[in-house]
Amino acid sequence: MTGLGWHLIRGYAILVYLFMFLPVAVVVLLSFNASQFGSFPMTGFSFRWFVELANNDAILRAFRTSIILGLLTALISTTLGVLASLALVRYRVPGANLVSTLLIAPILVPEVVLAVALLLFLNFLGINKSFTLLLFGHVIFTLPFVILVVQARLVAIRRDVEEAAMSLGASPIQTFFQITLPLMLPAVLAGALFAFTISFDDITGTLFWKPGGVETVPTQIFAMLRNSISPEINALGTVMIVMTVGLPLLGAAIARTLSKKSGL
Amino acid sequence: MSSVHLKNIVKRFGSFTAVHPTDLEIPEGHFVTLLGPSGCGKTTNLRMIAGLLDPTEGEILIGGRRVNEVPIHKRNLGIVFQNYALFPHKTVAQNVAFGLHYRDVPKSEIPGKVAAALELVQLPDVGERYPKALSGGQQQRIALARAIVTEPDVLLLDEPLSALDANLREDMRVELKRIQDKIGVTTVFVTHDQSEALAMSDKIVVMSAGRVEQMGTPEEVYNTPASEFVANFLGASNILDATCRDVSGGTAQLEAPLFGAFGVPAAKAGGVSPGPARMVLRAEKLLIQPPGTTAEGQVQAEARIETVDYQGQTVRYFLRVGDTQLQAINMIDERPFEEGAAVTAGFRPQDCAALPVEAPR
Ligand SMILES: Nc1ncnc2c1ncn2[C@@H]1O[C@H](COP(=O)(O)OP(=O)(O)O)[C@@H](O)[C@H]1O
Ligand SMILES: [Mg+2]
Repeated sequence: MTGLGWHLIRGYAILVYLFMFLPVAVVVLLSFNASQFGSFPMTGFSFRWFVELANNDAILRAFRTSIILGLLTALISTTLGVLASLALVRYRVPGANLVSTLLIAPILVPEVVLAVALLLFLNFLGINKSFTLLLFGHVIFTLPFVILVVQARLVAIRRDVEEAAMSLGASPIQTFFQITLPLMLPAVLAGALFAFTISFDDITGTLFWKPGGVETVPTQIFAMLRNSISPEINALGTVMIVMTVGLPLLGAAIARTLSKKSGL
Repeated sequence: MSSVHLKNIVKRFGSFTAVHPTDLEIPEGHFVTLLGPSGCGKTTNLRMIAGLLDPTEGEILIGGRRVNEVPIHKRNLGIVFQNYALFPHKTVAQNVAFGLHYRDVPKSEIPGKVAAALELVQLPDVGERYPKALSGGQQQRIALARAIVTEPDVLLLDEPLSALDANLREDMRVELKRIQDKIGVTTVFVTHDQSEALAMSDKIVVMSAGRVEQMGTPEEVYNTPASEFVANFLGASNILDATCRDVSGGTAQLEAPLFGAFGVPAAKAGGVSPGPARMVLRAEKLLIQPPGTTAEGQVQAEARIETVDYQGQTVRYFLRVGDTQLQAINMIDERPFEEGAAVTAGFRPQDCAALPVEAPR
């Protein structure tokens, strides 16, 4: 290919990235705008919208809901994911392939379909929407990510290391906590982080499942957008970006340090 | 320290029988090797002793006590695995100390025991390192230290040397035997390497396709193989058709087409009765000499060298006697014979063994 061809491709790639990230950059930039309109031109630099955000009760409530929901989702999803992975990798479960496919399926099914299906199912059972139901929904579609990450790690942990621990006198449970869990900890943390960010980020399922009066951060933003584009939303967007991008990066860094220390 | 007894053990995986009825007694303090080709059921036997597999039939006794229902972590064993299986997230000292935490060892005594074990495997200074920072041979020594520091009743080793390179393997072989002698623990060693088995064992159990072919001291299995399989698996043997004329007075009279009539000690012709038989002659016992050599007490035949496989101190010849090919492994005296040379091949009758003709299997 000619030098010109490469230049065109490079230019095209840059344009694609600009298209993807420019809006994000604009939101972050405008969140520091002193003007009372959430748009250009910038009239000065200010933390004003972040302060307003911190004083907005509805948003604070939404944040608390999102964080609690995210933490619980991460906790439950990770626990279930670790147990499911152990069962699938370490024990001969009859129909393991089928179970595995079923557990991974929520990734493949469009979220709207999943959301509606769960809702109809609960209607059929006569159960009302509640926070527990919302949590349940989040666990269902974060579980596959946890399982994929943890399973991949577990497969790489040699069985004879666990057998050695048992031969030395550790019971199966002691072996799990002394050997297996520490060895798969980076994957478990990564899985938990995935679950948290996915839950924190989610809007489709949440809109379907949330009971009246409960808002998460994404649904709160969505509701605010219906009235007007307030500069507060830019500030909120910036906080969301920091949380959903920064947390996984932090997690990856922690995982790397951990696995270095354990000499893997 | 305890004896181990496999009592009429059978192990099936689905419809496949990995271990056919086997009865095996390993006396207290002995070093017993399970020897056989890959897939013959050695690991399966070892894992049943360990409690990592349940026998389909039969009993396992350790120290006279039935342990079928005792889980692995309560059997007080030491196991050394082929790939070391050290805990990668623990230091060497933590690895070695691991088993001590599950026994009634006062905390204050643990560092001393760990140091003594590291001393025994001649790696006193690596306690603070992680396994990854050690060579394969060092890792295997640590695995051994970890397995014996708890003073197990039985030490089980599954091909512990096969991941090491050749030189190191021979050093570790000597080392392992020295340590076993010193602590005197009952040891079951699994290998497919006949020289390891011959060098280290008090008793060798030769296995094939899930069955025990022979159990005996290294000399017994080497000099008086109980089957053609054993004769072939332990070193190179020439196995030829022969006819037994008579067994009497401690001698079995054989007649072989190539070598004529000669008598082998009846002790080396167990189960042979007059009629068709097989003669077994180890390649090292077939001596290649200049043509026309006559030697007192040798059975001889004229032969021609076909291939010379030079190995330094020894040489392996493939030679032809009549229309039969034989092999001979001889020490080299000055220079090996050349390919195509006419020679006299001979052996002493007492170096030959005889077997009954085996039913085809
Ligand atoms: N879990 C298992 N399921 C089915 N077959 C097995 C299993 N473990 C071992 N085998 C079979 O049993 C036979 C003996 O295996 P093994 O004891 O590992 O042999 P060795 O250690 O002598 O090489 C082999 O044919 C092997 O394929
Ligand atoms: Mg094996």
